[in-house]
Amino acid sequence: MSHDPTAPASSPFLTEAHHLFRATMHRFVAREIEPYAAAWDEAESFPRALYERAAETGLLQIGFPADYGGVDADPFFGVIAAQELARAGCGGVAASLLSHTIALPPIVAAGPTAMKQRVLPEVLAGRRIAALAITEPECGSDVAALNTTALRVGEEYVINGSKTFITSGMRADYLTVAVRTGGPGKGGVSLLLVETGRPGLTRTPLRKMGWWASDTATLYFDAVRVPAVNLIGRENEGFGLIMRNFNRERLGMAAGCIASARLCLEETLRYARARRSFGQRLVDHQVVRHKLADMAMRIEASQAWLEQLAWQVMQGEDPVASICMLKNQATLTMEYCAREAVQTFGGAGYMRGTKVERIYREVRVNAIGGGAEEIMRELAARQWGWVAP
Amino acid sequence: MKLLVPVKRVVDYNVKVRVRADGSGVETSGVKMSMNPFDEIAVEEAVRLKEKGVASEIVAVSMGVAACAETLRTALAMGADRGILVETEVELQPLAVAKLLRAIVEKESPRMVILGKQAIDDDMNATGQMLAALLGWPQGTFASKLVIEGDQALVTREVDGGLETVSLTLPAIVTTDLRLNEPRYASLPNIMKARKKPIDILKPADLGVDPSPRLAVLNVAEPPRRQAGKKVASVAELVDKLKNEAKVI
Ligand SMILES: Cc1cc2nc3c(=O)[nH]c(=O)nc-3n(C[C@H](O)[C@H](O)[C@H](O)COP(=O)(O)OP(=O)(O)OC[C@H]3O[C@@H](n4cnc5c(N)ncnc54)[C@H](O)[C@@H]3O)c2cc1C
Repeated sequence: MSHDPTAPASSPFLTEAHHLFRATMHRFVAREIEPYAAAWDEAESFPRALYERAAETGLLQIGFPADYGGVDADPFFGVIAAQELARAGCGGVAASLLSHTIALPPIVAAGPTAMKQRVLPEVLAGRRIAALAITEPECGSDVAALNTTALRVGEEYVINGSKTFITSGMRADYLTVAVRTGGPGKGGVSLLLVETGRPGLTRTPLRKMGWWASDTATLYFDAVRVPAVNLIGRENEGFGLIMRNFNRERLGMAAGCIASARLCLEETLRYARARRSFGQRLVDHQVVRHKLADMAMRIEASQAWLEQLAWQVMQGEDPVASICMLKNQATLTMEYCAREAVQTFGGAGYMRGTKVERIYREVRVNAIGGGAEEIMRELAARQWGWVAP
Repeated sequence: MKLLVPVKRVVDYNVKVRVRADGSGVETSGVKMSMNPFDEIAVEEAVRLKEKGVASEIVAVSMGVAACAETLRTALAMGADRGILVETEVELQPLAVAKLLRAIVEKESPRMVILGKQAIDDDMNATGQMLAALLGWPQGTFASKLVIEGDQALVTREVDGGLETVSLTLPAIVTTDLRLNEPRYASLPNIMKARKKPIDILKPADLGVDPSPRLAVLNVAEPPRRQAGKKVASVAELVDKLKNEAKVI
């Protein structure tokens, strides 16, 4: 019998340990997220206790150094985690639960030892929440243009400005904040660790099209003071640190989008087998089952490329351009599958509470965040050397 | 003290099983398999006893095809120390499993064997009892609570109409019921550690046991399909249908 495209196919890259971890993640999501996904999305939040539960499975620790409470693990473990989390059909939970995977890597790469000891074990154990704050009201894609300033005054930095669209912004205990410490452009950007209890920091929640369960905030820095030892890496070398983590973030996002697309296929197939029109099941209409076949085609092609690129990363390669385009492949596949899923559900797909309806509302954030589709194409073209320097 | 925990690879509890077309059994090829849920509870209980300092070593045993190694690896990732795989293509029935386990008990000398009360595939509910009989050990089945005091195991059992507590002198057999505990996740750090834990592979012949089945399955069939429901217009019609069609009143 041929492979059932509503579940991932066997893969040459996966070992027994990967299969065991998939089983753990599958169970964690089925027990502790999926039953509550619709309610959490409507409530625009989820219990903070989920972080510690997630830490019990090892989910929060993937790929972080063992010395600080992490687990050394190849990129496929991250792919598996993202894909199993996506099965709840509630991207907002994963976005907030894993905001530390974008906030902490600069600290791992360049933070002073004392900072690592203080921050990493607590966050990886799910006791503290970390967020990354780069985007500003005036600039998003163009990171090098950011305006939030940090002025060195004695043994402190004084931060002024604002950040917006920050995932986990309301609940975060630690912020990794991109600030301007030098002149204009990317050569003047630094990263600072900001503890959210500091005076002068205020935050307001934002309401969104999708990802309702995740918390998203605007942050205002009004002369917020942090000690100079909160500098992550060297002054004015923050831009490179920001860029370094994009491979991992984009692989994870692509993995999640592909799994969301697969979930759309699974849900739609189930619905099309049960729902009847004009005397037969929806799946008996050729138009409908051909849509399902087209969904499967896009999903399987995307998954194959995802695994190929995860393997290249595992070999120590740095396939930046391909990962950019994989992200687009994944978001466009999710877009197609979410569209056809909701369309096939008909009016029921437009009603709140179904997975396909939630996924439909989550398409755009994936196509915009972590590098917008337009930016991905340009970055890939440049990386491939198609633009005069 | 050393604990022995047998773990069985079964069709995952989420899978909707399908009967093979020839009626010889249920379809298992290409079907998701995992550890029997009652065995997970047994592993969890053993690990808790080790964490309390009551047990010193946990040996997990699985029997069947080579893929049972993955089930063992799950037990190792939950906290068992080492594994024994009795590899065979022969279909194993409870008596064969009990005899193989007796041979392993004689080799390993555990103070207690903790088994699931039954496996969710054939629901035999027999292996633990048979093993106790073969070894001449006391047994506490359907445990919902287990306390070790010196050389006594206090087993609270779920019986019809209530709970019964029996005191067993070790060595003993305990089988687990659902409410004994909630098994932990095989966490990523422990999955990584489990990769390095040893698994010994034996054949039934190495244990001097002939595992051939004693029972022949004649036929496996799907339960009859449920009829679609009917809407009735009145209580009188309902009563009439219950009397004359369903013939239940
Ligand atoms: C739900 C959500 C969560 C987020 N979480 C975080 C977070 O945790 N931390 C954080 O720092 N940020 C976060 N973001 C911000 C996200 O990274 C930005 O929205 C994204 O980088 C795009 O920036 P922008 O919104 O300012 O759009 P802009 O940069 O203003 O772009 C607007 C449009 O113009 C296009 N465009 C821009 N420049 C070009 C160009 N040169 N050529 C062609 N087209 C171009 C873009 O592709 C886009 O379509 C989040 C966003 C959302 C929606």
